[in-house]
Amino acid sequence: MRVNFTVNGRRQEADDVWEGESLLYVLRERLGLPGSKNACEQGECGSCTVRLDGVPVCSCLVAAGQVEGREVVTVEGLADFAEQRAEHGGCATGACDTPEGNGISLDEAKGWAAKGHDSQTGEGTQLAPIQQAFIDAGAVQCGFCTPGLLIAADEMLEHTPNPTDADIREALSGNLCRCTGYEKIMDAVRLAAARQSEAV
Amino acid sequence: MGTTGTPTNITQGSRTKGGIGESTLRPDGTLKVTGEFAYSSDMWHEDMLWGQILRSTVAHAEIVSIDTSEALAQPGVYAVMTYDDLPTDVRNYGLEIQDTPVLAHGKVRHHGEPVAIVAADHPETARRAAAKIKVEYRELPVITDEASATASDAILVHENRDDHHIGHVPHPNIVHRQPIVRGDVEEAARKADFIVRGEYTFGMQDQAFLGPESGLAVPSEDGGVELYIATQWLHSDLRQIAPVLGLPEDKVRMTLSGVGGAFGGREDLSMQIHACLLALRTGKPVKIVYNRFESFFGHVHRHPAKLFYEHGATKDGRLTHMKARIVLDGGAYASASPAVVGNASSLGVGPYVVENVDIEAIALYTNNPPCGAMRGFGAVQACFAYEAQMDKLADQVGMDRVEFRQLNAMEQGSLLPTGQRVDSPAPVAELLRRVKAMPLPPEQQWLSAGEDADVRQLPGGLSNTTHGEGVVRGIGYAVGIKNVGFSEGFDDYSTARVRMEVVGGVPVATVHTAMAEVGQGGVTVHAQIARTELGVAQVTIQPADTRVGSAGSTSASRQTYVTGGAVRNSCELVREKVLELGRRKFGTYHPAWATAELLLEGGKVVTDGGEVLADLADVLEGEAVEIEAEWRHRPTEAFDLRTGQGNGHVQYSFAAHRAVVEVDTELGLVKVIELACAQDVGKALNPLSVIGQIQGGTTQGLGIAVMEEIIVDPKTAKVRNPSFTDYLIPTILDTPTIPVDVLELADDHAPYGLRGVGEAPTLSSTPAVLAAIRNATGLELDRTPVRPEHLTGTA
Repeated sequence: MRVNFTVNGRRQEADDVWEGESLLYVLRERLGLPGSKNACEQGECGSCTVRLDGVPVCSCLVAAGQVEGREVVTVEGLADFAEQRAEHGGCATGACDTPEGNGISLDEAKGWAAKGHDSQTGEGTQLAPIQQAFIDAGAVQCGFCTPGLLIAADEMLEHTPNPTDADIREALSGNLCRCTGYEKIMDAVRLAAARQSEAV
Repeated sequence: MGTTGTPTNITQGSRTKGGIGESTLRPDGTLKVTGEFAYSSDMWHEDMLWGQILRSTVAHAEIVSIDTSEALAQPGVYAVMTYDDLPTDVRNYGLEIQDTPVLAHGKVRHHGEPVAIVAADHPETARRAAAKIKVEYRELPVITDEASATASDAILVHENRDDHHIGHVPHPNIVHRQPIVRGDVEEAARKADFIVRGEYTFGMQDQAFLGPESGLAVPSEDGGVELYIATQWLHSDLRQIAPVLGLPEDKVRMTLSGVGGAFGGREDLSMQIHACLLALRTGKPVKIVYNRFESFFGHVHRHPAKLFYEHGATKDGRLTHMKARIVLDGGAYASASPAVVGNASSLGVGPYVVENVDIEAIALYTNNPPCGAMRGFGAVQACFAYEAQMDKLADQVGMDRVEFRQLNAMEQGSLLPTGQRVDSPAPVAELLRRVKAMPLPPEQQWLSAGEDADVRQLPGGLSNTTHGEGVVRGIGYAVGIKNVGFSEGFDDYSTARVRMEVVGGVPVATVHTAMAEVGQGGVTVHAQIARTELGVAQVTIQPADTRVGSAGSTSASRQTYVTGGAVRNSCELVREKVLELGRRKFGTYHPAWATAELLLEGGKVVTDGGEVLADLADVLEGEAVEIEAEWRHRPTEAFDLRTGQGNGHVQYSFAAHRAVVEVDTELGLVKVIELACAQDVGKALNPLSVIGQIQGGTTQGLGIAVMEEIIVDPKTAKVRNPSFTDYLIPTILDTPTIPVDVLELADDHAPYGLRGVGEAPTLSSTPAVLAAIRNATGLELDRTPVRPEHLTGTA
């Protein structure tokens, strides 16, 4: 089957999709977006978390056919997504409050193109505040859980800009990390929240 | 108290920004947060096929027949291979003992053993084809424990053993046996005022790294193969892969892909040979990615263990003797079992001075899942037992549990039961003092918080099972000792290639090693070392591959020590060459070139007095200086097979924990409130990464204390919970705050005085949590993990 949907602001068409393929598989293997990770493929670890019409979901549990006509944001688009949100008063997908809920226009989406940067270290890459905070706080070790955690943490900060520690833990309880013991992840989210409130 | 030691801020060039001792950020951080970092499961190649492994559905059986015809006939299937299709006579592999078949040969020895492999154009096609392979098994009785393994009529898991341990083991179903005997235990026991005995059980733990086993094999035009892979040691893989393929090692070119965690689980091969075989057979690139279910079968686990301990003490609290028998279940294949036995026995006393010791450690061959390396490697199981014993003994003597430990703690100059002298700081008592001195978290928050009480902070959490009723608090302490580096005479070297040249007018250093970056931050540290030693701002870390010499394994807490040491050594050699070049060019302009101690700092050659002699750019001009050199730490010796005596270890790492728990005694639910850790790291080359290692290791110890365990059915030897739904690892809700106190007492034998960090916190975390739960409940609790039924008396 063919699936048409929007990923990180761009219309995408995936052909020859099997009925049993997950959104995660289509993103990783058909659209060249391997940022969403495949750690358990049964909805337990959260490493494949993406936004589907604004809602964080495990993309391994979403059948590819279910995303027909819908909007997906992956970690690859998180920096642009966050920038758009900052420019549009807190809502990048259009799924938050806007009555139309039709997402962003193609013209706007064109502005989301990847920026030139050092291909080895990624230096010079534009980052979302939560991405920068994960680097700065030492929340990244092997990094396999990182994309899912970033999407989940970013979504939480969208609706809970000043979270308590218990709020952070609850919001991220669906995302397993095996390296860090979560302390630096807590630090990163606290840091992102603090920077966000300073900036306002 | 053993706190003597030299400060570690003693290195040349430490004024260069971004050098050692700073918390510089990961060079791969940006790629990892943007999703662009290429892990082994992200590899993709035009025209690639997907590989799939068919695994045994039973634990122990003869293979009567395999019929692959229906699988081969499936559209989209390019190859199906079994044992009979292997290209050479080398059909086994293994880290130390080559006892593991690439594909099962006439027999399977554990649940999930690879029997056949398939390549197809879609992963689902490959899975369905594998399911169409018909394997007929004739089941055999399963060997699952010491009694069934060593029974007089026991079936041998491996017949016709010819490995170098068979001569000294009491039964062919015992992989290796290591006694440690010192002093006169019987005589000492007569002088003991108190004797405590215990029998402890340690469950089977999984590494549960998040990045599944995966890789891409691409056939090359010269008949060789390129393998992009997640591993802990490229050259060890290479040595095992090439002979099976019938290729010389230089035709198997390996490149490290992004590694999604390891923790010991990637020391053994998983899908490496299978992917290469299918690629060479089909002439097409082949990618294999395990799913989580398969991952549980695709790597070795931490050895479950039975530990029998006896300790004696005098009335004034001095340890008189200890006896221990440690039985590790190695499962169907040897993997790292012999070395795990060496660790469990030689570190079985713990960080205590005991003059009379009688230890025996063995690893069994059984039909349970193979067990091998996991963070802490034999020392973890022993620590769980000896720390439980210390609490019991302190109670008998009537001493404070921490003071009792401090009284018997080893220190610099102490002898290990192997006769080896500890010749660097061993601040065991000081670490306990520090962890005890940390402020305690407030008690009964649910009372003080009143209306604002948050159930999320209580046992049961969001299940809202209690508002404090039936909840009791407990505090527990533990301390442990872990060896750093490969022990027992292993030639544990590493190699580093360092190049220095001017690029765009700026001096740049390039570091190339085969070190597996598995998340620990070795790449960060290598750049820091190069900056410190060569005084340059810009360092490029080359991808790890087999075009440079071996870096040894990313395990045993050894990489910062050994490959860090190799990078430093090669940098020093490069520096000498650069200075030589400078002397030749500019030596006549300034007498200091000949007389002063010269350093490289801030892109310049300077005297130790700070005087600038030349720009590195002018010294190097168009030339590049490059050195590839091996580096070794002090050699070690094998343990005597009868007495266990010998200088077997390189270095030790010590950590202490204090656990604070709250237990809902009615439901058996445990909430760990805080897990404080104090650790001596010698020198923190990157403090941020060091703390990350300590917190991560602590949390894995927490996992095996209260939730993680691979359940193997004792009747069938089949794994019952191979998924993250049924094998639980700590979430962010299960994990408490982990305050860390880092002590830096230099080990003068090690580069920069550093001490391997990664494993020690995994040892003492578990017994500290257990001690805290015992303290809260008054229960004996002689097994880990503790489950609710153990606390409610319904087990």
